[in-house]
Amino acid sequence: MKGEGTNIFQRWVIVSCLILVSFFIFPSPLYAEAQADCGAHDTPSDGGGSITIFWSDSADLIPAHVDTLTVYRRAVGDSDWDRLAETTTREKLFLDNNTIDGIAYEYRLEAKDSVSGTQFRVGSVTSSPQWFNANRTVVLVGVLACLAVLAGVMYIQRSGKSFYVRPIRGLEAVDEAVGRATEMGKSVLFTPGWGGDIQRPTTIAALNILRYVATKTAEYRCDLYFPTHDPVIMAAAEEVIHEAYIEQGQADIYNADNVFYTTSSQLGYAAAVDGLITRYKPAAVFLLGTFEGEALILAETGNSVGAMQVAGTDSTIQLSFFMVACDYTLIGEELFAASGYLTKDSKILASVKVQDYLKVIIVTLLVVGAIMATFGSSVLSDWLGQT
Amino acid sequence: MLRKRIPLLICFVFGAFGLAQYYSPHPIVVSGYSTVLDWVQIIFAFTLIVGVLSVFQIHLKKISRREKLWGYSIVTLSAIIVMASAGFLGGTGRGTAFVWMFDNMQVPMQSTVFALLAFFVATAAYRGFRLRNVEAGILLAAAIVIMLGRIPIGALISDYIPAGAEWILTVPSMSAKRAVLIGIGLGSITTALRVILGIERSYLGRG
Repeated sequence: MKGEGTNIFQRWVIVSCLILVSFFIFPSPLYAEAQADCGAHDTPSDGGGSITIFWSDSADLIPAHVDTLTVYRRAVGDSDWDRLAETTTREKLFLDNNTIDGIAYEYRLEAKDSVSGTQFRVGSVTSSPQWFNANRTVVLVGVLACLAVLAGVMYIQRSGKSFYVRPIRGLEAVDEAVGRATEMGKSVLFTPGWGGDIQRPTTIAALNILRYVATKTAEYRCDLYFPTHDPVIMAAAEEVIHEAYIEQGQADIYNADNVFYTTSSQLGYAAAVDGLITRYKPAAVFLLGTFEGEALILAETGNSVGAMQVAGTDSTIQLSFFMVACDYTLIGEELFAASGYLTKDSKILASVKVQDYLKVIIVTLLVVGAIMATFGSSVLSDWLGQT
Repeated sequence: MLRKRIPLLICFVFGAFGLAQYYSPHPIVVSGYSTVLDWVQIIFAFTLIVGVLSVFQIHLKKISRREKLWGYSIVTLSAIIVMASAGFLGGTGRGTAFVWMFDNMQVPMQSTVFALLAFFVATAAYRGFRLRNVEAGILLAAAIVIMLGRIPIGALISDYIPAGAEWILTVPSMSAKRAVLIGIGLGSITTALRVILGIERSYLGRG
């Protein structure tokens, strides 16, 4: 059953890649139309309600001295023209963003001044919404590449191969920090910062580490405090910590009051956690998640009470504060590798390894792009720069 | 079995939809995503009630058990009750008691906590810039050049100082920052995919 699932997944990745390749192999009809002197087409990659009118600066179309172009529109079958807008002939493009999908429109463009003028008609065209935003093809290619690498690595993992993940000092320090707190008879404090919510991968990564920390505090019968600014994170953390205590057979010492909501206000949250650190003087403080301006306030307070601190965040600005104020800092992808690293789960470790392979792909693209740019070709950078 | 699979299924469906909607401008998809975001807001509103109840529960326990520093719990609960009552009874418009308390109590308290940052930056900088080894020495030298390069006296000493500061910020500092950002981006993507595909389950509370 599992093998079938993997096969379906692999086929799905292959089919997706073929569809994407087809975008580049087969030129779109819109491109062909754009070769004409003037015309109108349904605006591509939009949610409907828009038609694009285009023209060239051909002398047959627009007299050289005329600057102003007036756009008129009517639905096919109507006799009267509605004046839409006045634009300059240099624009070469006009977007009518006020169309009703399914109705055919035709347009009249007048280029004239007091001396002379011309007019031409384009259409009829009908606007419609698109299912796929072609402007985001590059991002889709990136995501599919990630999926393909993930599928490949998971396939290798199923064949029994184990993956090496380099030692991460910050994660190795988790055991030491909880052990130290236990020996000193003090508590452990874990907070995910003010900046994140449950949808954020950083918060998920922090909850994964929380599970391991809770397993250790349950094993050593050490108090664990989890203050947060977000009630959804609070509910998820309660579940994570409770399950860890049950798993360790220590459900009787689990204290739900230690997982609590403080306030949604940033500095209110900082004051609440600061107060907690000052009063309880935890021996280990874990600052893992999305931190903003409160990062240094919390890290310095933790430092002032002599706590061993392990920190990690996705903000490069706050990382620098953590580096000077904390004992161990998880930098970049280390925070996201924690789950597999700590649990030694082969499936998660394999997916962590994907990050390394993706890095190799990115570095290769960077090197190839740099070489191409050096020789005057911007094909790769232009393609990657599409938005 | 269902207790384990239903959350994973919900996670997959909504995760995959969240991923797919990014690539589609179609009104059906946009409206569907908007509805999901509305649901998220509704869930958040309900959990906020749970959060406030949790605050009440914890502080009431502290007061009833006369735990250490229980007096602060009275202050906390009183503040919540007074602010909420002022908001519900008098409204939150200009000139109301709620706004007066917010402007004259909440804002100064927040400013006080924020002001602590100035002192913490000084203590953190002192520790960070101590000349302990070669790496710390490089950090100290870079910090001196950047600080001098950002103030007029730096240019007065030498034109090389502002230029050096600019070079440090745009070349070594920026490249390190981008490397970290690439790592964070890849980590975020793989974590999201692990969650959507059900490989990562620790956050659900069970492995």
